[in-house]
Amino acid sequence: MKAGSHFEKILEKGLFAVTGELHPPKGNNVSVVKRKGELLKGYVDAVNVTDNQTATVRMSSIATSSLLIQMGIEPVMQMTTRDRNRIAIQSDIFGALALGIRNMLCLTGDHQTFGNQVDAKNVYDLDSIQLVDCARTMRNQGTLLGGEEKIDGDIKLFIGAAANPSADPLELQVIRLAKKVNAGADFIQTSCVHDIDRFKEWMKMVRDQGLHKKVHILAGVTPLKSGDSGRYMKKNFPGVTIPDSLIERMDKARNPEEEGIKICVEQIKELRTIDGVHGIHIMTLEWEEKVRQITEMGGLLPRPKVE
Amino acid sequence: MIKAEQKPLEEILKYLNPYNKILLSGCGACVTVCHAGGEKEVGLLASGLRMARQKIGKKLEVLEATPARQCEPEFALELTETIEKVEAVLSIACGVGVQTLVRQFPKVPVFPGVNTNFLGETVVHGIWEERCQACGNCLLEKTGGICPISRCAKQLLNGPCGGISKGKCETRNEADCVWQLIYDRLKALNQLYKLNEIIPAKRWGLESRDSGLRRIVREDLKA
Repeated sequence: MKAGSHFEKILEKGLFAVTGELHPPKGNNVSVVKRKGELLKGYVDAVNVTDNQTATVRMSSIATSSLLIQMGIEPVMQMTTRDRNRIAIQSDIFGALALGIRNMLCLTGDHQTFGNQVDAKNVYDLDSIQLVDCARTMRNQGTLLGGEEKIDGDIKLFIGAAANPSADPLELQVIRLAKKVNAGADFIQTSCVHDIDRFKEWMKMVRDQGLHKKVHILAGVTPLKSGDSGRYMKKNFPGVTIPDSLIERMDKARNPEEEGIKICVEQIKELRTIDGVHGIHIMTLEWEEKVRQITEMGGLLPRPKVE
Repeated sequence: MIKAEQKPLEEILKYLNPYNKILLSGCGACVTVCHAGGEKEVGLLASGLRMARQKIGKKLEVLEATPARQCEPEFALELTETIEKVEAVLSIACGVGVQTLVRQFPKVPVFPGVNTNFLGETVVHGIWEERCQACGNCLLEKTGGICPISRCAKQLLNGPCGGISKGKCETRNEADCVWQLIYDRLKALNQLYKLNEIIPAKRWGLESRDSGLRRIVREDLKA
């Protein structure tokens, strides 16, 4: 065990993992975290806590993760390199561990021009691959990045990274994945998959390199609410691809919300059958109340207990 | 080459408001090539300034000069006699040129007439693009000769972020993702294997632009 987190145990035992996602409030309103947390508790193995996603200011991912721990929910703390240099990154990792956080997802982060602080200076001292390497160095060598200096304490972290199987060129996305694995990623959560054929093609390339045996891959899903919301995501969210056929199906549906859930469940069932997919990452984008239904219909309940 | 663009006339006029006689100095090097501060632009801007001041009944005398390279002290010093006749200097050389005059002529105010933008190349006539940020430790060998530091909005060194879409950058749909260009080039050269190497965190603080004043000392050339 690298970190001994519940999430790690599920994956290491070869069980099919389910993670959710929680967006911290745009302020210090703790009740928002509690409400969203309750909607996810028991339906997923761990909950990703986003780090100022789309470069929009929110409650910090570390603080929100800590609140989830108090509620008995295991967080996957997301950390981007957009806002922190390597000093802050390593300091925040110490702090997160002290608060009981054991899972971390390493990200580059959306560019600041997408958010509500477009004039911000970005940092990007490290990229996401260098962040994975940094976390692995801290855990495996017990030293700071690039230094001899010993860390006082054990860095028990389950280290994750993202992948975007819908981005072109596919081959380059596989090269990136291999780099993340070589840098020390234990698990991968992909961005939301809507084009399953394409995802299968990517997974084949991943398997051809044997990467699926070195890292746990969780396929990301996001239920659409309507044809329009699909079009909006496609246009405004970096790296999101949605086939037109899917948007058409949503447009034609009598009850688009139900249809969106139905599609999502179909996607989960299909993704689960792909060799090398070890779990599902459900990103509901402020629609946490649907996670119970999605996991139930997707045959993902009850969530296993592990020792 | 250094690329620059002329500042708005109103802004320049504001700087020059207290003065009646100035030197407008261009530069025969980079800013001539990018049509921002060469001899031609010196002539045009000088006329523009004279006319604008005439209009408000506050005549401005503008002397003109375009040293071959304003950033070289020996060329800057050619301006000595002219500068003695004026109250201030407006320089439309790059920020380096401005500071060369400041160092050589401690008693006369020197103002910038251009914004210095970047180190770039001419893509086609009339379009220039950034190509180098003078990071101080060139990585081009690893990236097929295409620079991710100057051409990626996040300066990523290990491939594109998840925002790459159809070969374009997430920040601007019309801009090529530099990692697409690097990939295409390495693939064409049969050198894709170069992308497998993890490029470690860059030493911005020790050997790059965040190290404070950067300086090169060549003992063999020192006077």
